[in-house]
Amino acid sequence: MIGVSNRTEPQSLTKGPGRQLFERAVHHGGFIAGTAIVLVVFAAAIGAGVLSPYDPYIQDLGSRLIPPVWQDGGSWKHPLGTDHLGRDYISRLLHGARISLLIGCVTVAISGTLGTILGLVAGYFGGRVDAAIMFLITVRLSMPVVLVALAIVAIFGGSLTIVMIVLGLLLWDRFAVVIRSSTQQIRDLDYITSARALGCSTPRIIASEVLPNVLNNLIVVATLEMAHAITLEAALSFLGLGVQPPLPSWGLMVAEGKDMLLFDPWLIAIPGCALFALIFAINLVGDGVRDITAPESRS
Amino acid sequence: MEPAAAQIPLELKGVSKVYSVSRGYFKKDGQLHAVKKIDLKLKSGEVLGLVGESGCGKSTLAKLLLGLIAPSVGEVRVHGQSYASHDRIWISERIQPVFQDPHSSLNPRKSVREIVTAPLRVHKSGDPENWDKRVTETLDLVGLPRRLMDSYPSQMSGGQRQRVAIARALILRPRIVICDEPTSALDVSVQSQILNLLMDLRKELSLTYLVISHDLSVIEHIADRIAVMYLGRIVEEAPAREIFSRPRHPYTKALLESVLSPNPELGVPDVHLAGEFPNPLEPPTGCSFHPRCPMAQGDCSGTEPQERIEGEARIACMHYDSGGGQFMADAKP
Amino acid sequence: MNSLLQVEDLRVTIPAGAARFTPVRGLSFALEKGETLCIVGESGCGKSLSSLALMGLLPKSAEHQAERLHFDGIDLSRLNERQMADLRGNRMSMIFQEPMTSLNPVYTIGDQLAEPLIRHRRAGRREARDHAVDLLEKVGITAAGRRMAQYPHQLSGGLRQRVMIAMSLMCSPELVIADEPTTALDVTIQAKILRQLKQLQSELGMAMIFITHDLGVVARIADKIAVMYAGRFVETGTARQLFSRPLHPYTKGLLSCLPVPGKTASGEPLGSIPGVVPAFIGESSSCGFSSRCPYAAPLCEREPDLTERGSSHACRCVLASAELDELRWEAA
Repeated sequence: MIGVSNRTEPQSLTKGPGRQLFERAVHHGGFIAGTAIVLVVFAAAIGAGVLSPYDPYIQDLGSRLIPPVWQDGGSWKHPLGTDHLGRDYISRLLHGARISLLIGCVTVAISGTLGTILGLVAGYFGGRVDAAIMFLITVRLSMPVVLVALAIVAIFGGSLTIVMIVLGLLLWDRFAVVIRSSTQQIRDLDYITSARALGCSTPRIIASEVLPNVLNNLIVVATLEMAHAITLEAALSFLGLGVQPPLPSWGLMVAEGKDMLLFDPWLIAIPGCALFALIFAINLVGDGVRDITAPESRS
Repeated sequence: MEPAAAQIPLELKGVSKVYSVSRGYFKKDGQLHAVKKIDLKLKSGEVLGLVGESGCGKSTLAKLLLGLIAPSVGEVRVHGQSYASHDRIWISERIQPVFQDPHSSLNPRKSVREIVTAPLRVHKSGDPENWDKRVTETLDLVGLPRRLMDSYPSQMSGGQRQRVAIARALILRPRIVICDEPTSALDVSVQSQILNLLMDLRKELSLTYLVISHDLSVIEHIADRIAVMYLGRIVEEAPAREIFSRPRHPYTKALLESVLSPNPELGVPDVHLAGEFPNPLEPPTGCSFHPRCPMAQGDCSGTEPQERIEGEARIACMHYDSGGGQFMADAKP
Repeated sequence: MNSLLQVEDLRVTIPAGAARFTPVRGLSFALEKGETLCIVGESGCGKSLSSLALMGLLPKSAEHQAERLHFDGIDLSRLNERQMADLRGNRMSMIFQEPMTSLNPVYTIGDQLAEPLIRHRRAGRREARDHAVDLLEKVGITAAGRRMAQYPHQLSGGLRQRVMIAMSLMCSPELVIADEPTTALDVTIQAKILRQLKQLQSELGMAMIFITHDLGVVARIADKIAVMYAGRFVETGTARQLFSRPLHPYTKGLLSCLPVPGKTASGEPLGSIPGVVPAFIGESSSCGFSSRCPYAAPLCEREPDLTERGSSHACRCVLASAELDELRWEAA
């Protein structure tokens, strides 16, 4: 028999990392609130077809600009009223959630993949590779996102797909910067050296040793960038260069309501509040993830 | 008698590693000789201790031996076959590391099971159905309770983590293990557990160890032979008992003087070592130890000392008189 | 007689939600002028927290209380933060393990060295500078004048630690608390720095609390030793007493774990203490070491007191001294 007796080794000192994360998440108020709001928006987006009382595209010029239920002249027939073309506002809001979330998710998927790969490669290899990727990042940072997006959309025309691709190709910089620096921090740790000494291939080391340890940072950046993408879409749509009518994007709804700002401010207030709540919630989730995962791995 | 090449588990032949260090845009890059003309042989089943202070090239040597970096000059051989003609998988089957800090040597996101199975997975070793059995066997071997199998590193103590690291190194049953400061990050009471474990495993699995450490008491306890490094070179190599009973190189003497054995009758020793560790980018001319050597003479700064062989020992010092076993400049006892 | 430092029943607690950690659970000791007390223990035994508590430097999350905490007749527990700051770096100072993080990277060595003297003693810049150069030379730094203009990152680890020592001695403190000051250093540098520290100590007549896990260091520099385990002293005594006749099973165990060139047979198994240092949550009534002690008996359910076992030698164990003398820690 080898080794000393372990008769008094402690019973598993602490809980597993998964369990710890869960407990910390449950006790984090901001994270819970943010997740709840985001989930509500997701539910609205998925269930838009069922939940909407009307088709969001059907115009009814006879019942234009009905105010929401809490204002004089409002009725439960159109709880949030109708817009200038007589379309039911709550149906448009629900369907608009789809567009916003779709844009947020697809953009982050594109930019996250791009930025994470660049960041991992730059951080892990260092040297010339790093210098080249840092140059790319600098170039990207020197381009004003809105102006470039405007120019591209102006050339290729505005559509949902183009907006998502353009934003996806523009918003990878923060991913790359953050992942690069966290990769640099763990690149020289002994468990990476151990993996190399085992004969692991470099892609395998990056995927199975580095990536899981930068994942928390990745999630934090992803939430921030998702919020960023949703606001940018709203801005582009507001300027008429994003999602094109009659699609019910929240930004577009604000844009369409801007002429009626003085007399019917709720036209802007409702999609504006929805946007605000979603962005705020996503940021809460991001902050929460950072708080919950940060003390981990330092035992 | 020289053993056949294939019987020497590990051998370094005239190995140097040079890094070029950027010193700014307008200066020429500096040359850092991390290790310089190293010849070293490990005999089968022995424990070779490698001692030296930080910056002496110990870690570079460990990386060379693990095949993580290629030597600038010279070659590293395992069982007579050069690293250059094999890939990392081949090397890693034969030689595995155990690192100093069990906190950074285990991936915090992986369970013990995943960590210890990883070598089998990478090497596609045997039938995956047997992996769990092999992992349990190895955990038993290193004295780690099986119930920790699904624990994560953050749930374990330093000693337990170091056992996991040893299990990971041994699951492929390599013949050679490079232990880089295996106990320096551990508490005294845990250190002895790990040292005992390493010694038991050596017998059980007939392993050959290269143990790198700055702690001469640890090295003395487990090593059969000791090599002392200073500024990228091996300045003395001799059987362990000789190093302690009859150190030859003045640097070895200084190292021995600084070992603080727990004896309250002795005060803090007066170490005969001048100055500071030199800048490795601008190493001293001649014998690199001469600016700090208490016995340095005029010619020490001029020529590099040649290696001399005396019995089983090798020493790189010009003023070591092999006949008398004493320094000529050190006539008084 | 009035000791320089008198500590009675020092406790450190860390509230953690509903639970309370008590990493330091009742330390009592006295330190005379010019004396060296070594506190030895493994990681997590509470030795660093005790020293921070003495200096009033505990992190915000921890709090300390003591029956008595007197430094040269001053009741430290009554001082406010300002008065405490006047003492720190002046009459009592601290040397930390990590010189890189304890030195401010944006100021030169000279500025940082001069600062305590200017602040506490209202010394002139010139005078402070001269004193700094003088001290740097005393801690064995050559070309001290040139070093004064350098920044911490330009110095090697050994030099930085010497600078830290010089800095802690600038105001000729009466008490220095050194927390593992040489652990991160190479062995040759460690020996040199310890030697200089001891020399300076006798020159300046200061008392020192030296915190370390290294029994070799302890043996060479200590007058008195306190072995700490799980937040308590388990054995105290003079260096000679503890090394020649250790009583507590833990002290015995620690000594048996050490490889000693020339004493322990090479390659033979070393003694070892099974298990790990327990992480304490809250108070415990049983002997902290009983879970790892090979001689643990039902009696150990109650934590024994630290009892005199001869002049200035005390041990916290239920067994009588004669029985403890019989105990041999067997190699595993």
